[in-house]
Amino acid sequence: MSQQTVVTDSAGAPPEPPPSRSRPRGDGISHARNYGRGFWVKVILVALIDAGAVYGILSAVAVSQWGIVAFLVVVLLVVNWVYFSKRALPGKYLFPGLVFLFVYVIFTACYTGYIAFTNYGDGHNSTQADAIAAIQIQNEQRVEGSAAYPITIVSQDGELGFAVVQDGQVEVGTAEQPLEAVDGATASDDKATEVPGWDVLNFAAIAQQQEAIVSLRVPVSDDPADGSLRTQDGSTGYIYQSTMSYDPAAGTMTDSATGTVYTPDDRGSFRAPDGTALTPGWKVNVGFENFTRAFTDSRISGPFISILIWTFVFAILSVLTTFALGLFLAVVFNDPRIRGRKIYRSLLILPYAFPGFLAALVWKGMLNPDFGFINETLLGGANIPWLTDPTLAKVSVLLVNLWLGFPYMFLVCTGALQSIPGDVLESARMDGASAARVQRSIVFPLLMVSVAPLLVSSFAFNFNNFSLIYMLTGGGPNFEGTPIIVGHTDILISMVYSVAFESGVKQYGFASALSILIFIIVGVISWWGFRRTRRLEEL
Amino acid sequence: MRRSIPVVAAALGLALTMSACSSGGSNEGDATPKPTTAETTSAPALSGTLTMWVDETRIDVMKPIVQEFQDETGIKVDLVQKVSGDIRTDFVSQVPTGQGPDVVIGAHDWTGEFVNNGVVAPIELGDKASGFASSAIQAFTYDGKLYGSPYAIENIALVRNNKLLPETKANTFDDLITEGKSADKKYSVVIQQGDAGDAYHLYPLQTSFDAPIFKQAADGSYTNELGLGGENGENFAKYLAKLGKEKVLIATIDGEKAKQAFLDGETPYIVTGPWNTTAFTEAGMDISVLPVPSAGGSEAKPFVGVQGAFISAKSKNPLLANEFVTNFLTTEKVQTELYKAGGRLPALTASADKVDDAVLKGFNEAGATGAPMPSIPEMGAMWAFWGTTEVQIISGQAKDPVKAWDKMVTNMQDAVDGTK
Repeated sequence: MSQQTVVTDSAGAPPEPPPSRSRPRGDGISHARNYGRGFWVKVILVALIDAGAVYGILSAVAVSQWGIVAFLVVVLLVVNWVYFSKRALPGKYLFPGLVFLFVYVIFTACYTGYIAFTNYGDGHNSTQADAIAAIQIQNEQRVEGSAAYPITIVSQDGELGFAVVQDGQVEVGTAEQPLEAVDGATASDDKATEVPGWDVLNFAAIAQQQEAIVSLRVPVSDDPADGSLRTQDGSTGYIYQSTMSYDPAAGTMTDSATGTVYTPDDRGSFRAPDGTALTPGWKVNVGFENFTRAFTDSRISGPFISILIWTFVFAILSVLTTFALGLFLAVVFNDPRIRGRKIYRSLLILPYAFPGFLAALVWKGMLNPDFGFINETLLGGANIPWLTDPTLAKVSVLLVNLWLGFPYMFLVCTGALQSIPGDVLESARMDGASAARVQRSIVFPLLMVSVAPLLVSSFAFNFNNFSLIYMLTGGGPNFEGTPIIVGHTDILISMVYSVAFESGVKQYGFASALSILIFIIVGVISWWGFRRTRRLEEL
Repeated sequence: MRRSIPVVAAALGLALTMSACSSGGSNEGDATPKPTTAETTSAPALSGTLTMWVDETRIDVMKPIVQEFQDETGIKVDLVQKVSGDIRTDFVSQVPTGQGPDVVIGAHDWTGEFVNNGVVAPIELGDKASGFASSAIQAFTYDGKLYGSPYAIENIALVRNNKLLPETKANTFDDLITEGKSADKKYSVVIQQGDAGDAYHLYPLQTSFDAPIFKQAADGSYTNELGLGGENGENFAKYLAKLGKEKVLIATIDGEKAKQAFLDGETPYIVTGPWNTTAFTEAGMDISVLPVPSAGGSEAKPFVGVQGAFISAKSKNPLLANEFVTNFLTTEKVQTELYKAGGRLPALTASADKVDDAVLKGFNEAGATGAPMPSIPEMGAMWAFWGTTEVQIISGQAKDPVKAWDKMVTNMQDAVDGTK
């Protein structure tokens, strides 16, 4: 707390001229212009960062990720300017923090915001170009009853072609030129081995141009209806017919078998006049639809209210119970008359030392009604449905969260209690205040000044305490017969997870929108909470 | 002079970055076009690296096969281990960005989701297709096209501890329970459930009531028409409630506990798959594998799962990928090796005929009439409703099993309509 004040003070102080502020080393000039050891350390560190950035830029260029390239170039330039300029002293401290803030907070938040306005999810996974390519390869049908041809890949002046043997005669064709008999070619085992005028490619040469070879279609004859020859492994060819053709001018897909024309709609799918859509579709902007769906979709709005109430109950009770127990223990162990306080205190912090999700899993095992340690051993074979009865499951969740959360409250309360000046308490006692009165009127208000903001953040944390719910009950016991699988202990964030991911169809756009809504709820409550706590400081 | 110090520093930094850059550059070069020395013909040597994803449950089986492929063809393979819970989602989300692998090893029921997202390319086995078990080919077929090359088949069956019960005469599941009780152990028959239920392990019982999850078309492919509604499904729901009341089915016994109960000799029967029998035989148990007897009068048909390899729709090495998936993985030699390493029935008939392991033969017989697990995208939304309702019926949380079942069917129908 006191440290915080110091930091704000120095930040608020008017910036002094750099030379006098930098640590006096030798003649008292900054590292930027001093050849001392510190300077060389800095050069090496910046060089390492530069090397990493340049490597990153090259890798990003290789995969055409231009956004990352631009970001790294900016970082590279700014790093070198900040650390070698004598005018950028505050930047030297701020810059690393800003970079991490940008990467981990601002970028993720903006990206989530962007996804929330799209229909990104199963079936709308990528770009329109990818969808067109996928529809075309999925709708290329091998001509029924056609033979498999041992195929030879040949090339002539860089143009690729297929050579096949038909009725003992070697035929060669390219993308433009249908299969045509060639004289003077040799073949063995139905596979052309030498073709005059053409180079026969071996496997290594084929592997170098594999994408071109796999996408090569050689018409069987002048009539496109006969289909075309293609290969997937470079050694065997089959005759295919394409049933879906894309018209780039009109932007439509046509089914050549039925003549149906599929036009792109604003939902990111090719759709026929009768409403049937082709899969896959592509990712498009859908405006606020994901947000309004949270309120209009009857499948979600049904259980939504009871889950919202439970989320608040869970978050508020979690904060209150952990705070009450933590405060009580802190007050008790703050009393100098207790012996071995250090040992007790260290023991009490133990639950805090376990990773939360691990502890939740262990508790889940211990609370199992038929095999759990609590029923079997502690309660002598009782059959209490700790996690399968709706009410008991809620109680169990709160108790486990109490076990997980009180050490934190104990720690912060102990710290706050110890920072209360002894002379204040002493003068209160001198004035004749009882012990209870001292606690109520002196200790508690002073404690709340430093602890109240932590209670607000603890509320925000518990509001989104996904790992506890997911690991302990999985949201269960599930509601009976609800159209989405959610349960009595599901909180908002775990409901989002089951709707967006566990319902079988992944809906990233919808999940992002719901998480933004949750962020708004938590943000508003925290803002209100922090405003309230500021009043406590005016005591 | 002072002025120039930043310049010196900048130049130095630049020099360092240049050297770092050049070494970085040559690293890049290593990764892609560096010729491997395996094939030294006069023409350019073989290049390209095949990236393959496999999860932790399959990697031990695939490793030696991939090594053999590298030795035989000189094609470099980068085998990447993924977490089994993520591999499917990662494949769907990363293929479009160009960061996906060329080949992914997985189960046939991923096909629908992959095709629906346009992330897999069809493959053509040509005449080789006839050499495979027809159910294996059917499993990887979606909309009339084959998307995966199968290598192993697996299904669940009834496993008996011969020490506790030397023979099984029961023809119905009720008789089996009576027989199981005669062994006088803690349980009679164990079928794993857990918090979210386990519709997969209950499916043989369900199909014996003629209530399949989706109706099948004449060619064996699944339609998106639900088959578990109506009277047949309701009868199964009542039967589940009865088994729950009799404590034959216990909701809190999950996979681990079921396996342990059988290992500890607490039950003469367990319904499980080949993934557990290795542990049973390794523990020195004498076991037999039998078909699950009928509970509802018709034949009990388990789901059949097929393992195989998919090729990414955006593979940069489509030829190499096809070389592995359609030409290498489909040979009898490789299929037999995979069977020996993985303990699953080979998908290739020629290899399957040579299997002489009694346990695997038992699973094969039990799965002979089974149908592949549906891979249509609608299936993904079914599991949660299905398992949850079944476990609620078993545990007695749902007081009226028929009502709970009908409600589930309505919700499933809504979900099917929603995914269109």
